[in-house]
Amino acid sequence: MAEFVLTEALKKMIGKEEPLLIYKVEEGAIQRYAQAVGDSNPMHSDVEYAAQSPFGRLKSPPGFVGWPVTSGFDMFQFVEKLIAAGAPRGNLDGGMEYEFLSPIGAGDILAARIRIASIVGKETKLGPTMSTTVEITYTNQRGAVALKARHTFLSF
Amino acid sequence: MAVFTVTDSLKQLIGQKEPPVVFKVEEGAIQRYAQAVGDKNPQHSDVEWAANSKWGRVMAPPGFMGWPISTGFNLFKLFEKLMKAGAPMGLLDGGVEYDFLAPIGAGDILVGEIMVASIEGRETKMGPTMVTTLQSTYTNQRGAVVLVVRNTFLNF
Amino acid sequence: MAKQIFYEDVQVGSEVTTLEKIATTRMLVQYAGASGDFNPLHYEEDFAKNLGVGRPIVHGLLKRAWLVNLMTDWMGQEGTLKRLSCRYRGMDYPRKMKSFEDPVDGDTWYCKGKVTKKNDADHTVECEIWVENSKGEKNTTGAATVMLPSKAK
Repeated sequence: MAEFVLTEALKKMIGKEEPLLIYKVEEGAIQRYAQAVGDSNPMHSDVEYAAQSPFGRLKSPPGFVGWPVTSGFDMFQFVEKLIAAGAPRGNLDGGMEYEFLSPIGAGDILAARIRIASIVGKETKLGPTMSTTVEITYTNQRGAVALKARHTFLSF
Repeated sequence: MAVFTVTDSLKQLIGQKEPPVVFKVEEGAIQRYAQAVGDKNPQHSDVEWAANSKWGRVMAPPGFMGWPISTGFNLFKLFEKLMKAGAPMGLLDGGVEYDFLAPIGAGDILVGEIMVASIEGRETKMGPTMVTTLQSTYTNQRGAVVLVVRNTFLNF
Repeated sequence: MAKQIFYEDVQVGSEVTTLEKIATTRMLVQYAGASGDFNPLHYEEDFAKNLGVGRPIVHGLLKRAWLVNLMTDWMGQEGTLKRLSCRYRGMDYPRKMKSFEDPVDGDTWYCKGKVTKKNDADHTVECEIWVENSKGEKNTTGAATVMLPSKAK
């Protein structure tokens, strides 16, 4: 057992940004997500109910946006890129952190900025492990930052 | 081995209409569907390309609509109703027939009317088998019938 | 995309340009998500075994979607798909994944078609269509009618 040692190629990826992504928030996608996670709040499913609410439209459950895959980001390709730079092949989700800054609802258009915040070598019960944190900042069509999400991935 | 005998309570379901379902055709849903079936035509995925096409918007690949479940219709409930009325528990998809009457694209709002068109008893290699045909008719916001679909299911 | 095909370009017996597909377990999951069809038959080993199909099978609807894709690719931008039908005659089993992107070696599916009839009155072309696996089994067969543009107009 030992700490994972970062390759030079991996070190160079720290701080790198991925191309900006634009994501349209659609009613159907919110409804499908709420149904899949079992969230029965009518604000996420009942269009008429939501229209009568102060928010005035379907609201996405927190966590709907923030997992890069759902906003069109190709997570699999990203992980392959890390592997090509020397990351171990085993992969696990290591956790996440959200900052919910303003609500996200149907009709919003979000721009997502994705940045590799850190890559750290560690020793865990999985053996030598690399911990990567990706930071995503979502800005809505009114220029307001709606969400900051930080995802940590473990490669082992 | 024998022909499946259609019970009287099953016979009573023939011709019965389910409550209509309303389905909004969204860009994101078309894109996800085209990606999932591996259809690379930009008419189904590239918003800008589609805006400059003869349709002026993202269009659904034929077959995007027509499977009742994707419109929010609870097909499993209908199957339970059939089983309660005497249908065997085994279930397989037996095939589908489409009449494409007009194109369907992003922004369309469709009303789907679903009816049990026929129930027949047969003998197949699965044993005594019940063959159910559901007919769904989709009408768009301009009052045009865009699609007629007949789905066949086998209970054995 | 291929260049536009015209009504005059095809004869009875003409072949529809073959479309190759590979079904993977990942594709089945993605299809489930996009279509809302979460039938455990397509992802639960025991459920599929208990139903007597051995292991999870490719959605008939996915193979159907491939046949739609076969016809829409072939007919081009100016063609119109008028009608399509298919029957599921046998099971197909997806390839498992060996990495995020790549499946293990195994079956490839070939979507094929042949023109069976031409209708001069409305420039529609009727085709027999099918999906054939690497063993040559035609587990999904059907028919499609497309309207093609004419050079005469």
